[in-house]
Amino acid sequence: MVWLGFFGKYFKVFDIGLQNTFVYRWNFLLRSLFGFVPLVGTVFIWRAMFDARGSGIGGYNYSSMIYYFLLTMLASNLVTPTEDEWQIAADIRDGQINSFLTKPLNYLGYRLMLFLSYRVLYTVVTIIPVVIAFAWFRKIIVLPSHWETWPVAVVSLAMSAGIQFFIAYALAMLAFWILEISTVVFILYSFEYFLSGQLFPIDIMPAGLQTVLHWLPFTYELYFPVAVFLEKVRGQDLWFGLGIQVIWLLVTLEIACQMWRRGVCRYQAVGG
Amino acid sequence: MRRYLEIYSIMFRNSLVREMNFKVNFILWLFVELLWFAGQMIFIEVLFQYVDKIGDWSKWEVVLLVGTHQITGQIFQAFFYMNIANLSELVRTGKLDLMLVLPVDAQFAVSTRQFGFDNAVNAIVGVAIVVFSLFKLGVMPGVTQVFLYLVAIAIGVAIHYSVMFFLATMSFWIVRAQGLIYGYYNLFNIARYPDTIFRGIFKVIFSWLIPVIIVANVPSRILMRSFEKPGALMFQLVASGLFVVIATRLFWGFALKRYSSASS
Repeated sequence: MVWLGFFGKYFKVFDIGLQNTFVYRWNFLLRSLFGFVPLVGTVFIWRAMFDARGSGIGGYNYSSMIYYFLLTMLASNLVTPTEDEWQIAADIRDGQINSFLTKPLNYLGYRLMLFLSYRVLYTVVTIIPVVIAFAWFRKIIVLPSHWETWPVAVVSLAMSAGIQFFIAYALAMLAFWILEISTVVFILYSFEYFLSGQLFPIDIMPAGLQTVLHWLPFTYELYFPVAVFLEKVRGQDLWFGLGIQVIWLLVTLEIACQMWRRGVCRYQAVGG
Repeated sequence: MRRYLEIYSIMFRNSLVREMNFKVNFILWLFVELLWFAGQMIFIEVLFQYVDKIGDWSKWEVVLLVGTHQITGQIFQAFFYMNIANLSELVRTGKLDLMLVLPVDAQFAVSTRQFGFDNAVNAIVGVAIVVFSLFKLGVMPGVTQVFLYLVAIAIGVAIHYSVMFFLATMSFWIVRAQGLIYGYYNLFNIARYPDTIFRGIFKVIFSWLIPVIIVANVPSRILMRSFEKPGALMFQLVASGLFVVIATRLFWGFALKRYSSASS
């Protein structure tokens, strides 16, 4: 039962995280409620687009397009870090890191548990508006035709959460070097917003651009698990895509760890 | 009035000094905002791959719309964004009290401390895009149209200001206000769409009560379509603009009264 003791302290962090994030409940709720305005805007613009087009766009019709955006919204609630980068940067700036350098608790593991607790709370707080949205559009809901799609989509979603978290963590590590990380974070947000499928599905972009994006991490942060669930990615493409996603997961994890090591080195050299 | 202008010029000069000390920050923010703008242009390109018109709006008309949205938004942000975003901190730390003893109106003092120079640059980018779109459309607006366009933008800035300030005033009750700032961005997210796509109760609410839809649409229509009567459009903009400005002022007064009586 030794391993339980080892992981036990991380579960404790998860628990504390859940309790602490209760403070953020208004923030989470407001964020979710206000998030409906762009969603309605999206519904209207695509209604207008399909009215003007008179036929399909990139393999989507109006129903499947709206369904795509609903799924993206749900996935985003589940996997996108909201407070983590800022808190990590604050920890570094305020010197809270000191306690982690002495305790046998890995900072990445600690932050990962907090991230998971935030995601759980965020999803719980925002579940009602999401359920209402899905209920409103229930006629367009299409469930996967193969039962295997479910577990694969869930695994892919979990990997997306990992990639997003490790990137956020690595960026927040910049606080060891620069005072204000918000500009860098917002630059990343911009790329993620446009290239991870939140603004429009990746597969309606020009083919050349899609091929490039295929290799970058952004599509695997949000779009890929949704595409898997919609069964847009099948067979060989599916395994290939999952493979690339695993690679990006490991790469971002490695970068996160490296940034921590270098950051701590510098921190201790400068005098902590 | 002159006192306000004097105080404002001091704050402006302070902003300039501060900005010049953080040149790297200035350039980075400029880059971030340009990226966002570029992304919006890409979005329009992707959409118009598939259609020729959205409603009765052609591609370059939509580009002009987004450019106008950019101009209005960036002018607002240049003058007011940093300051309004800071309001919740002022309330939380009690520094608001310092503002209240100044010999000028508290709302003015809170709203005007810093000026965003990177936003000013981005507004100019918006102007360039609008001019380019007019060129692409082959439209040469008359003097009245340009004049009304500028007036409409000014009213648009007032609407941006009032909506965000109204949200920020809620920080008197809700301590952690990042969600409110997020609210500003989400509400104005739909301002860059042509108004023809909106229907029903949503259209009514967001054209009259929280009039984000008309902020960029009205000036754009007036500028590029000489056949459209500006009267009705301007009336809607002025009426809904007055509504939000007054509502925000009243809400601020109410919040301030509660705040003052609580801390005394």
